[in-house]
Amino acid sequence: MKKSTRMIIGFLLLALLFLAVWLIERAMGTNSMVITVLKKGAVYALIAVSMNLLNGFTGLFSLGQAGFMLVGAYTYAVFTIPMAKRMAVYQYYQGGIIQFEIPFFLAILLAGVVAALFAALIGMPVLRLKSDYLAIATLGFAEIIRAIIQYDKLGPITNGSNLLKTYPTFTTVLFPFVVSAVCIGIILLLIHSTYGRAFKAIRDDEIAAEAMGINLFRHKQLAFVVSSFFAGVGGALLAMYQGTVQANAFKSAMTYEILLIVVIGGMGSVSGSVMASFLFIACSEWWMRFLDSELMIGTFKVPLLRSGFRMVVFSILIMLVVLFYRRGIMGDRELSFDMFRRRKGVASK
Amino acid sequence: MKKILALCLVLVLSLSGAAFAQTIKIGVFEPASGDNGAGGKQETLGIEYANYVVPTVEVGGETFDIELVIVDNQSQTDKAVSAAQSLVDAGVSIVLGSYGSGVSMAGGEIFQSAKIPAIGCSCTNPGVTSLCDYYWRVCFLDPFQGTVMANFAMDEKAATKAYVLTQLGDDYSTGLGFYFQRAFAALGGEVVAGEFPEGTSDFTAYLNNAINDGVQVFFCPTSTTSAALIIDQAASLNVPFALMAGDTWESSVILEAAKGKNVEVFCSTFFDEKDESSTIAAEFVAGFKAWMNANPDKLTNNGGNDIVAAVSALGYDAYMVAIEAIKTADTAVPDALTLILPSVVHEGVTGAISFNEIGDANKDMAYIKKVNNETGAFDFVKTQSVADLG
Amino acid sequence: MIDKLLPCLLSGVSVGGQYALIAVGYTMVYGILRLINFAHGDIFTAAGFFMVYLAASLPLSLSLPLVILLTVALGFAVERVAYKPLRSAPRMSVMISAIGVSYLLQNLMWYITGGLAKQYPVIPWLSTSIAIGPTSTKIVTLFTPVLTIILSVALVTLIRRTKIGMAMRAVSRDFETARLMGIKIDSVISATFIIGSFLAAVGSVLYFSNYTSVTPTIGAMPGLKAFVAAVFGGIGSIPGAVIGAFVIGICENIIKMLGYTTFSDAFTFALLIVILLFKPTGLFGEKISEKV
Repeated sequence: MKKSTRMIIGFLLLALLFLAVWLIERAMGTNSMVITVLKKGAVYALIAVSMNLLNGFTGLFSLGQAGFMLVGAYTYAVFTIPMAKRMAVYQYYQGGIIQFEIPFFLAILLAGVVAALFAALIGMPVLRLKSDYLAIATLGFAEIIRAIIQYDKLGPITNGSNLLKTYPTFTTVLFPFVVSAVCIGIILLLIHSTYGRAFKAIRDDEIAAEAMGINLFRHKQLAFVVSSFFAGVGGALLAMYQGTVQANAFKSAMTYEILLIVVIGGMGSVSGSVMASFLFIACSEWWMRFLDSELMIGTFKVPLLRSGFRMVVFSILIMLVVLFYRRGIMGDRELSFDMFRRRKGVASK
Repeated sequence: MKKILALCLVLVLSLSGAAFAQTIKIGVFEPASGDNGAGGKQETLGIEYANYVVPTVEVGGETFDIELVIVDNQSQTDKAVSAAQSLVDAGVSIVLGSYGSGVSMAGGEIFQSAKIPAIGCSCTNPGVTSLCDYYWRVCFLDPFQGTVMANFAMDEKAATKAYVLTQLGDDYSTGLGFYFQRAFAALGGEVVAGEFPEGTSDFTAYLNNAINDGVQVFFCPTSTTSAALIIDQAASLNVPFALMAGDTWESSVILEAAKGKNVEVFCSTFFDEKDESSTIAAEFVAGFKAWMNANPDKLTNNGGNDIVAAVSALGYDAYMVAIEAIKTADTAVPDALTLILPSVVHEGVTGAISFNEIGDANKDMAYIKKVNNETGAFDFVKTQSVADLG
Repeated sequence: MIDKLLPCLLSGVSVGGQYALIAVGYTMVYGILRLINFAHGDIFTAAGFFMVYLAASLPLSLSLPLVILLTVALGFAVERVAYKPLRSAPRMSVMISAIGVSYLLQNLMWYITGGLAKQYPVIPWLSTSIAIGPTSTKIVTLFTPVLTIILSVALVTLIRRTKIGMAMRAVSRDFETARLMGIKIDSVISATFIIGSFLAAVGSVLYFSNYTSVTPTIGAMPGLKAFVAAVFGGIGSIPGAVIGAFVIGICENIIKMLGYTTFSDAFTFALLIVILLFKPTGLFGEKISEKV
């Protein structure tokens, strides 16, 4: 197949997917669990891919994703809360000091830009560090960002540690799909460019990459900033999905969750991350919910089923993946036409 | 034989189908775990008891069973979103809860977009109703509660200086702390403020600061989880001031923590089980106690004793208001309930309930209680209403 | 001034001692496996819950040793199940496995306890309140730093003087060579986890005697701070970890005393980043070559 035909088929499939999602929304109504899963899954897909760009493609073990999502989510919320509601939202700060609002699509973009700025600042010192030191330093920065946003003196801007709400949210499930698809498309372009090849070279062997003339710091910085930009956009989408945002929720546990999604999908596979996101969200929000409620079959009470059991089963499954299927769903391969063709070829033999 | 079997099956299925059709679902949006788990369980108990007392409702001349759909919002705003969504997915007609304001504000956004009305039981932050067109509530608000406690500190404890400790990211805590601070300052008092992040277990630094600042009261509207630690550490530091807090502290967790210790603890709340002026309340207290004592599980959820918590009474009232709304509207369609709720009036256990235009109950009375360190029970101190404050 | 400073220092030293006992576990594991054992904080929490449940039915004289035994068994099991199969895998995989174990332990504890805070049993002598000058505190506050120092001196002696200690030093210096020299790597690593878990169990008894509520996620923050302490002191160095822990404990309390309460946690991380940037080997990383 030629490259151009492949592109066309790819776009057609994407359009088909959008159509399917739209039809599902029409058929099921906006309140059903399927729609919830689709919305959250699309948001998480973008965030997981942005993290994969760092951890899977560039080999930088960063644990700061929640911090950048926090920055993105707050930027979005702070600038889009309608003027009429500001007095009630910023009830302790006389309506806050930001007395204007901007259109939501601009705010989403701004969310990414602010997160990227933070990343550029943090990256300068931190990216010198190696593997686990980098991990713990980025984790630390995420915690510091959280503390700063919660600081009472910044209350007129951030509303302190209190909830932000009443900003525009998703009106249709298609919106997160389109935004995520566009963002992931851009990340894919980056990965397939010379920059992307340099990232992979750094991941595979830093010293060899440097010897080949790749500027280590510049490329690491680029990957870090781009990843954070999309984490910021993802944070804004997450804020839209939730309808409320509060710094308290963006703890390191959130980063761990995204990291586990990336691992399940396969480090270094964009399509893996996307699939794993939907799978993860569907399991945790929907398919495994029944584990959390007590079940009586006749007079027999099914043992173990109780609030919290879902997460136990879930984390055991994750441990099994981590220990025995270390490559995850996709390893570092991508979902492609060739893959199916080859499979078919094998089958026909 | 097969035919008969098939016939039986069809019969059973259609019967059960009919049974399903005769059900109205009410969502219970409460924490059963996390920092506010203990209080959330007590509130749920009140709702469950109400459901036991009034298990059916007449709509359009037919009797409908009421099914409670209980979800756990885990006391966290991000988990609350998922919990609220599962209620929406379950197709509930109306939602009751939650204990804790932050989770209610987070859930409110979901209920609003699904156009399902919600009645808050003990969420006292103004933002719950002012920022959500689908939220009502049956309790008083923090500006009132904060003012009551500030006045109490001034009048009864002769305080001129207070330390206010709040939890970061807990809307209930920061809200009540803020309104106490404002009222106390307006009365001419001086306030020192401190915040602690979630998961803090060492409160000695805050208590020591308060000692050094020479305050007379330490106002700390926190979750019961933090409260137990604060009380314990205050006792071992031998603090010279009284601890004061809001409605969350009316809990057996506090009683256990303060029992046998040398520390003064005051809290304000919505209801007093020993107040016998209302026959509805007296009936509720007697019935609720009997019901709990007959069900060991329920007694455990109440903290192991049969003391009636104010939040249980509020849960009971919220359920009754929901029933009243369904009866008046003569339907359980969420849209209709949303329209009817502003005009619902109900004589409740915690007093008469009617709503103002924001959706808040017109309530103006708070009970102030003190922990009896010897018996491990609450002693009633006084009631305070807005009128008393002048 | 002394009125202000004394209680602040007292609680700083006490918190520091508790961090120290956790930090030693981190630093030893890191020294040998080059692994940040993210699950260590949760093992500490688990020790707290063991005590809550055991003391409900057994006398303290029995439950106390049992708690230590169970915690050690848990630490040992975690290593065998989650880290040993990944011995030859990339370091990132092991770290992800550690995060996975932490996630599992927290969820498991959440499930078992129903997500509610549990009241820690009162250990009579430790929980008694005594007066010191203008302030008063629990005995455990004073006892913690003393016990911490005794235990770490004992540990350093163990590592310097005994055969297993020598094996540990050898493994931390060079994994492969140590194996060639006939050292049973797996048992040395197990021993490290056993010692680390033992100290975490002791630390948990002291910690929860002071702060009497146990919740499933309570160990996460002390765990991270203890890790920072280990880095601060020079990872791999036991005296470094102990001193680092005391410094962090005291600084944290001074910051709270000054009124910047929002930043008491953030400060620890800021300190970590400063250390990593300017002296990545930590305070004692170079001078004391006693890596374990």
